[in-house]
Amino acid sequence: MWDYLKLIGLGLVAVLAAIAANYAHDLAYQVNAITVMLAAAIAFLWVLRTAGDVRPALQNEYFDGVIRAGAIATGFWGIVGFLVGLVIALQLAFPALNFEFLQGYGNFGRLRPLHTSAVIFAFGGNALIMSSFYIVQRTSAARLFGGNLGWFVFWGWQLVIVLAATGYVLGATQGKEYAEPVWYVDILITVVWVAFLITFMGTLFKRKEPHIYVANWFLLSMILTVAMLHLVNNAAIPVSIFGSAQVQAYSGVQDAMVQWWYGHNAVGFFLTAGFLGMMYYFVPKQAERPVFSYKLSIIHFWALIFLYIWAGPHHLHYTALPDWASTLGMVFSIMLWMPSWGGMINGLMTLSGAWDKLRTDPIIRMMVVSIGFYGMSTFEGPMMSIKAVNSLSHYTDWTIGHVHSGALGWNGMITFGVLYYLVPRLWNRQGLYSLGLVSWHFWLATIGIVLYASSMWVSGIMEGLMWREVDANGFLVNAFADTVAAKFPMYVVRALGGGLFLTGALIMCYNLWMTVRAQPQQATRHSAVPAE
Amino acid sequence: MGILDRHKAIETHATLLMVLSLLVVTIGGIVQIVPLFYLENTIEKVEGVRPYTPLELAGRSIYIREGCYGCHSQMIRPMRDEVERYGHYSLAAESMYDYPFQWGSKRTGPDLARVGGRYSDEWHVDHFTYARDVVPESVMPPYGFLLGNVIDGEYIQDPVETNRMVGVPYSDEMVQKALVDFTAQADPLGDYDGLEARYGDAAFGTPINVRNFDGQPALTEMDALIAYIQVLGTMVDFSTFTPVANR
Repeated sequence: MWDYLKLIGLGLVAVLAAIAANYAHDLAYQVNAITVMLAAAIAFLWVLRTAGDVRPALQNEYFDGVIRAGAIATGFWGIVGFLVGLVIALQLAFPALNFEFLQGYGNFGRLRPLHTSAVIFAFGGNALIMSSFYIVQRTSAARLFGGNLGWFVFWGWQLVIVLAATGYVLGATQGKEYAEPVWYVDILITVVWVAFLITFMGTLFKRKEPHIYVANWFLLSMILTVAMLHLVNNAAIPVSIFGSAQVQAYSGVQDAMVQWWYGHNAVGFFLTAGFLGMMYYFVPKQAERPVFSYKLSIIHFWALIFLYIWAGPHHLHYTALPDWASTLGMVFSIMLWMPSWGGMINGLMTLSGAWDKLRTDPIIRMMVVSIGFYGMSTFEGPMMSIKAVNSLSHYTDWTIGHVHSGALGWNGMITFGVLYYLVPRLWNRQGLYSLGLVSWHFWLATIGIVLYASSMWVSGIMEGLMWREVDANGFLVNAFADTVAAKFPMYVVRALGGGLFLTGALIMCYNLWMTVRAQPQQATRHSAVPAE
Repeated sequence: MGILDRHKAIETHATLLMVLSLLVVTIGGIVQIVPLFYLENTIEKVEGVRPYTPLELAGRSIYIREGCYGCHSQMIRPMRDEVERYGHYSLAAESMYDYPFQWGSKRTGPDLARVGGRYSDEWHVDHFTYARDVVPESVMPPYGFLLGNVIDGEYIQDPVETNRMVGVPYSDEMVQKALVDFTAQADPLGDYDGLEARYGDAAFGTPINVRNFDGQPALTEMDALIAYIQVLGTMVDFSTFTPVANR
């Protein structure tokens, strides 16, 4: 019965998407509609072929298939996102790489949202979904709630990524940074995200452990807050149901405030709270030590989620946003330093008594460095949110350097560590294919990040100073074009750093691939046992 | 540390944890966002800011489509160097009809908030086609393909109408005549009296730019984009502006 309903639903989606493609007002909408049609048709065929099959109820086994798929997707989208990042970094250094024959489809302006979305939502998103499915099952000692709903979350998220990515290149965008997906992709995101919340909460409800482990607090607050941010920031009216264009619900100063409330908390919750959840599970596991302080984790959890949400207006210092709002944003951003470092201390000190592992275990090294970068960028962030500093740093490459020391250093490195931890366990392999290659990855990535961040500091501070430089008579010294020319060497160094980071990630993918292919099997240990 | 011991109640009840964390994360947003919608001094009372003409609106959607906001801000801060370089600092009123706002966050290229009228249309055509012909240091991508993209304004009424739904004061006439106004603005030899009456001097205090922006016979995306660029920052009548200290 349930299979028939699914078939009817998928058939309807396919037919409606075909009709939409026929009436499309713009190319991006048409291609997206055809993509949806194909996705629904493939799902239809798959449900049809497996309809009526008897599926054993695996209540005592963890649902790991979707996590394996998530691990592959994380690696794949990571490579895609880093590669597009490298391309646009090179385009800034060598603008001839904006090829004219591509008719704008390969221009920086269209590839930049492709890069940001690919690394944040495709790489980061898959890492988060995958690891929350892993963590919530292990710490609840229960199979993931909702049967195949986990698969819906996985494939739905991949569809979101494909629709958004093809849309950007073809010209469908909402024009809000990090919230570029157009209205129908936003609707799909909402559906997938609610399904994610249901699987997560459902698993918590049926947990066999009385206590909800701290990693799950962070993951749950991430899921809830991202849902709230997404719904409010993307409120818009479609111009036509057959086109990708929409008109935002807010304008000007209000829209700016809503956007950076969203934008900063995409960082605060998607890239911080969620990844802290990963830290709280995988670092103690890999170090084989308990979390440093339970009380610190309570304090810093509530302080972090309460304070983060206020920090948005520091993106709007000295703009037409009223002063009271931007001052509030600054004050809370500075306070945010404390809970951020609370998290860092709790993560680092978890290694108490296990610091010797830094010498022998390159995975622990990766995790420790990621926490180090987290600490560094959560100091740099509050500093840059001070109005006097921001008056120099805003609009410059310094911001780009700050973002990347967080994204590459913290999010990237912790995700790599988690992948190295997970892949042998998910595929039942006796350890990784090569720890030597992990060390190569570690050093390539670390040197890459250092080159990236330092070149952007130099470039950003230099251009900020050049813009404001006046001579003895009070005239501006530099034309804008002078500052662009002066940044060229730093742009080359930045691209080099990005290239090293990408090379490291490619080595990781090879290493993980060989782990699955060539490492000997280990006896299964999938059954649900209460968390240790 | 007695209070921390009571945390057990939260971490053993999933629903309680969910509700409390949702409450905690909503506070900041409510305090910072909601007042902006009703505090009267949020948007300055100045004259001259008008809704975009249909052609400018189409140009704005091209600006957004090409991701220009990734490299260009439209927000001049009140520092000395910015005011010297770009002009009067930006007012909130100037973007009150921008759905969504385009203030930007990065200046890989210069600020565009007051670029309107600074350069000729011909300069813009050359610059969009191949920026390094006119600014050798530039890293801007080429946009010559816009010259080949002919637009007929088939669906232009839809965005005007949708903008009205969210609060832009387009009149019934503006909505109905959207297509007429769309073509009239790029045709200086045609009849643009209606366009001028609806958006121009009589209604808002500044004449409309009515020109063949890209110099080609056909109406292209280049026309629309330059029409938008040329109106940026030119609307406000600064003689009606008085800074408010408490803002």
